[in-house]
Amino acid sequence: MNPVAISAYTVTSALGLGLEATLAALREMRSGLAPVKFLDLPLPTWVGEVAGVDAAHLPAPLANFDCRNNRLAWLGLQQDGFLEAVAAARARWGADRVGVFLGTSTSGLLQTELAYRRREADGSLPADFLYGPTQNTYSVAAFAAQALDLQGPSWVVSTACSSSAKVFGTAARLMQLGLIDAAVVGGVDSLCLTTLYGFNSLELLSDEICRPWDGARKGLSIGEAAAFALLERESTHPQGWLLGVGESNDGYHMSTPHPEGAGAIAAMRAALASAGLQPGDIDYINLHGTATPSNDAAEDNAVRQVFGTATPASSTKGATGHTLGAAGGVEAAISLLALQHGLMPAGLNVQDRDPALQLDYLLSNREGPVKRVLSNSFGFGGSNASLVFGSAA
Amino acid sequence: MSTNHKGLQVWIQGVGLLGPGLATWAASQAVLRGEQLHASTATVLPPPARLPAAERRRAGSAVKLAMAVADEAVAAAQVDAGTLATVFTSSSGECSNCHSLCEALATPAPVVSPTRFTNSVHNASSGAWHIAVGSRASSTSLCAFNGSFGAGLIEAAASVCLDGQPILLVASDSPYPEPLNSARPLPDHFGAALLLSPARTAQSIASLTVHLAGDGPQAAPMADASLDALRRVIPAAAALPLLVALAQGRAQQGLVLDYLPGTSLRLDLEPVGAS
Repeated sequence: MNPVAISAYTVTSALGLGLEATLAALREMRSGLAPVKFLDLPLPTWVGEVAGVDAAHLPAPLANFDCRNNRLAWLGLQQDGFLEAVAAARARWGADRVGVFLGTSTSGLLQTELAYRRREADGSLPADFLYGPTQNTYSVAAFAAQALDLQGPSWVVSTACSSSAKVFGTAARLMQLGLIDAAVVGGVDSLCLTTLYGFNSLELLSDEICRPWDGARKGLSIGEAAAFALLERESTHPQGWLLGVGESNDGYHMSTPHPEGAGAIAAMRAALASAGLQPGDIDYINLHGTATPSNDAAEDNAVRQVFGTATPASSTKGATGHTLGAAGGVEAAISLLALQHGLMPAGLNVQDRDPALQLDYLLSNREGPVKRVLSNSFGFGGSNASLVFGSAA
Repeated sequence: MSTNHKGLQVWIQGVGLLGPGLATWAASQAVLRGEQLHASTATVLPPPARLPAAERRRAGSAVKLAMAVADEAVAAAQVDAGTLATVFTSSSGECSNCHSLCEALATPAPVVSPTRFTNSVHNASSGAWHIAVGSRASSTSLCAFNGSFGAGLIEAAASVCLDGQPILLVASDSPYPEPLNSARPLPDHFGAALLLSPARTAQSIASLTVHLAGDGPQAAPMADASLDALRRVIPAAAALPLLVALAQGRAQQGLVLDYLPGTSLRLDLEPVGAS
């Protein structure tokens, strides 16, 4: 594919609001995870909650969109001059030539879960519940398009935890075909009961802080995040480049990855081919790395088959938690920070490395020139996406 | 909106259809051609024959619906489903699992079913299909609320044009149980599938060119009022004007399908011979 300029990006997660807070936390090897306080849930787990989401207020004309997910989206859009960058792109290309493609898995589902707790005596939902602008999977992209005053094509990709990686592919395709000149991509997913109780029921939720690549890893810690990137046909000051996109499916199981990582291998090879690069051209791999025993083992095997064991790699989910549908967007932002600052972030919370996993998994931060990064995102339903990013220089 | 792109040109190789009074694409021809009035009898979802027995019992209505139309389109196109990339688009996903989970989560000590949770993801139908046919090709699952069919058609046609490989597009919507049905009323199940390919083959039904059009007209009401009612209330049924044109086998320039408020799709359709 033709490289696509990334003219602005931002991320808001449990590490903080915006790029500066995120970079500082990564440099200090600080995790944003903490024992769950969200809704006083009696679950023995850690989560990556974003501070200040409940207090965020949507602008009055967008009040119908009010729910935790869109509040988090609004908080995220206001960081790092992102609103101004989009306004400039809108002025340059026209509102109808800028698309909005976001990934989410649960969108505003929490709003519905809470409404079910307030059902009337006859079983009906409370009158203030608004399905379209809050619960529907599309609501976050509808909200963002309206908040950013964009009128290009728009939709949500919802392929579980690969969602917000795949939107980079969607935007790149439509730009290459001339349907749009720019796009806002990324993902937003917020804490809700379905994912916390659901992963708990699958016994995939760790009762301690998640420990990707640790021999005693027990599963994931769930986080929430909003991450956005502005892709443009041309940019005077690109922050980085999207060089390649690879997408595949496992065709194997709804919630377990193919044990040898067959689908993951296909996605990584497709991403390299799309970028016109060889495995040796990649300086750092941001792993999907959820810290479930089977996911990490399958990914270690898959990455090894494509790259060998010499490429530095880490999962940043020990810092942010697994932000599900937003994970691809969050890790795209971390990949761009790695490129801009020459920082390959450590995988946190490892006490005893799993000796069966063979990658060069970073246990402390490594600094040095980073020209190209590959970021993996894999999801339920066997959906896989790998992205290759390049530095602006 | 400007339309300074050439349009996305693809070939339609096979169609699947299932909705109220529309049992299959093949069985719906007389109604779609206007030779017979549409009678809105409740959609009957066939058991998903492709799934192993255990999975078949677990499959919710969204999976059954998507599989039924996907199977019909793939069979008509005579392609190998095991190598096929897909785009699944739905406004609503797996509604019955969403409802059950919300009910369970509203109790004082929630216990949720792991199977329901796993199959509550928006891409459950895509996952089930790719497992059933063993395809590792890419799959995207989308949602654009009432514009979900238009979004899926753009994504699928764009991928065909760029990758030069066929794609199966599956658009489907199932109603929620109460109380969500009152907040989001969909009268019945509706699914449509199109097998799109980059080049004409012996199975090709028509050439289709998709343009994005803003500030243009909305889709025109259809001649059959009952079909038109479906088009207006079920997002996947936004495909109906295209399906009618395909069934009628007439060349059409500028057929409008609704997408987002303020943005529609303009389709040029050129059928292959008489159908």
